[in-house]
Amino acid sequence: MALVLTHEDALRLADTEDGELAILQDEGIGFRGQYLGAVLAETPETARHGADLVEITTDVAPHDAHFRHDHPQVREAEGGADDVETGDVEAALAAAEIVVDQRYSTPLEHNNPMEPHTTIARWDGEELTLWTSTQGVHPARQALAPILGIEPEQLRIISPHVGGGFGSKGVPHADMMLTALAARAVPGRTVKYAVSRQHMFAITGYRPATSQHFRIGAGPDGTITAFVLEAVSSSSHTKEFPEEAIKPSRQMYAGEHRRITQRLLPLDIAVPSWMRAPGEASGMVGLEMVMDELAEACGLDPIELRARNEPVLDPDTGLPFNQRRLLDCLREGAERFGWAERDPRPRARREGGWLIGTGVASATYPASRQPGSQARIRLTAGSYEVGIGAADLGTGTWTALTQVAADALEVDPEQITLQIGDTSLPNATVAGGSTGLASWGTAVMAAAQTFRREHGRAPSDGAESTGEAEENPAEEELAMHSYGAHFAQVSVQETTGEIRVDRMLGMFSAGRIINPRTARSQFLGGMTMGVGMALHEKGELDPRFGHVVNHDLAEYHVPVNADIRSLEVHWLDEEDPQAGPLGARGIGEIGIVGAAAAIANAAHHATGVRVRDLPLFGSDFLPR
Amino acid sequence: MGHPVHLVIDGQQHDLIVDARTTLLDALRDHLGNMSPKKGCDHGQCGACTVLVDGRRLNSCLLLAVSLDGAEVLTSEGLAPDGELSDLHQAFLEQDAFQCGYCTPGQICSAAGMLREAADGRPSVVTEDTDPGGPVELTEDEIRERMSGNLCRCGAYVNIVAAVQQAAAAQPGTGEAGR
Repeated sequence: MALVLTHEDALRLADTEDGELAILQDEGIGFRGQYLGAVLAETPETARHGADLVEITTDVAPHDAHFRHDHPQVREAEGGADDVETGDVEAALAAAEIVVDQRYSTPLEHNNPMEPHTTIARWDGEELTLWTSTQGVHPARQALAPILGIEPEQLRIISPHVGGGFGSKGVPHADMMLTALAARAVPGRTVKYAVSRQHMFAITGYRPATSQHFRIGAGPDGTITAFVLEAVSSSSHTKEFPEEAIKPSRQMYAGEHRRITQRLLPLDIAVPSWMRAPGEASGMVGLEMVMDELAEACGLDPIELRARNEPVLDPDTGLPFNQRRLLDCLREGAERFGWAERDPRPRARREGGWLIGTGVASATYPASRQPGSQARIRLTAGSYEVGIGAADLGTGTWTALTQVAADALEVDPEQITLQIGDTSLPNATVAGGSTGLASWGTAVMAAAQTFRREHGRAPSDGAESTGEAEENPAEEELAMHSYGAHFAQVSVQETTGEIRVDRMLGMFSAGRIINPRTARSQFLGGMTMGVGMALHEKGELDPRFGHVVNHDLAEYHVPVNADIRSLEVHWLDEEDPQAGPLGARGIGEIGIVGAAAAIANAAHHATGVRVRDLPLFGSDFLPR
Repeated sequence: MGHPVHLVIDGQQHDLIVDARTTLLDALRDHLGNMSPKKGCDHGQCGACTVLVDGRRLNSCLLLAVSLDGAEVLTSEGLAPDGELSDLHQAFLEQDAFQCGYCTPGQICSAAGMLREAADGRPSVVTEDTDPGGPVELTEDEIRERMSGNLCRCGAYVNIVAAVQQAAAAQPGTGEAGR
């Protein structure tokens, strides 16, 4: 049996506003790689062969797939971040004794979790069940149900385990919709669709390219007087997504006269989305490299430069900072790394044909809690069933939430039976923005308190209570961020330009660390992905067709085991009472933020060559 | 059109009728319900589907099931018969050598194959002596190099190296840590 589904016979969607998800609705093609149809068959071999046999006739329309920051169609993002404009930056720049004026860029980067996106779908009457891999079953249901024209209660999404996401499973992409539409064509039957690794580059989101133009004016003592950042990111005509590279620059350093703007350029290319620390990861590439250049221009140690520009209040909101311990991270990290022994001159250390250098960069990520998560606790046969629709992407949710529940109920973890990843459980917010554990954990703690209040220390079987995470009122009164510092040592081969990261050290301030074992792994993973960002990862966009040419794991390089040598992770021993009852801020993303800049700064220190476009390639360090 | 093939999977005899295009990976997962090997790329680029075929570590997505008549295939699951963890499995747990776990069965099989290769004196690109004439000492560099065919996007490499070292130390020189 084979069935071909196209825009001519697919279910008409109730809402076509979301261009990424409204597939198979008309003849238009937004980008190369977009779904134009599906072939259903009894076996994957037959289906794949059938898809090869389908002939598609297309008309070529004018299209544009070439990202450049000075494109005439560069514009403000819809609903994007407001511009920052304070003081008179041009006058301040003109008056500044030291000015650094440089442009930095980051390329398309692809999440590439090891588990490709896969969905199994079945319609039973008007009810749809999706077994899939998502960072949030409830948010995915909220997104998909109205488009399919059904009530949320008619859609069940089940996703107890997720083989990595890094943002690419944060919102449902077109593959989930395609499977739902395909299953609709064969009611009562189960349809399975696994996105190929190649197709993931077009379908499952990616980090768009950014161009970041910094102009910084400072006094000879390094005090920043003027700060200008004009950032542009690539986007898609099919659905808009800004990579807000300006986010960290809004709050990191002081400076009286400021202009910070984010723009984007929609192109006829695949739809970008979240990738680990969207905005921060890309934005801290430019910011932390320009700070390194400013330190050099002022003849200052880069850590001292940062200390001299430490703001008293948040330059963005004017609010006091909550537990801003950036300088503690930089200084304690420096001591552990052996920063003091560094000869600041570039190209000063040469060993056996290798130029060796060290670099530093700050890290930052906002701390926030999403309201609305609910947890249910029920005593069943002596075991506390804790239910919440949370997700575990390898982040350790199964472990950490069990631990939080056990602590809150004051019982052994063995007495907890955790249930997550199912819309039949109470509502949970997305595993994204490093908010997961803080949001879900708060709901679990609230449920535990209610349970003990309602049922006491000796509850009877079947006793049940629920709790909800509310907004954190402190977020209105304090600028809440986590901070960190990355230190890197790299070696660059003098004759070939080969670049290796010899060692890295990350020092973080993230509030209470709930589980040191899984936390260390999160930081290590972020730093490892940071090595990829610095040295390997770049989606090569073909300007003729708008697709990523190197769309597989042989040609889109991610770090392999041999790329990672010594990685060290430390954190400040602290709790953050303002962050909520857990005392913890999120840790899933800060590990990648700043890591690439530390490596690029180290490469400059090693060679004297400043590479401002990621990733760094060996050829960048060869004589021209 | 189906083709008969006889396979020994994790010690169990299986007679299958498979499409000539069916890979060993798809035969394991879709025909036999053995979900231990994972499909990360289907092109031999990520290592998530690594299994041991007649003792050698191979990407099961690059093998056609019909070409393997009579072969003995071991998956990570088969390395832990009746749920009894091997030294490698235990070491991966103790060293926290994974996050999402998707690449882990491939890492385990690859490590088992790699330990044997090192014990058999087969050099890698970082082995100083191209003819070691005996077991290769598994330094961190050796392990990193030999495990580089198995991608881990969660970035657990540091812990994977520690786990393989631990397993190697548990059974020095035998290369049998996987079994």
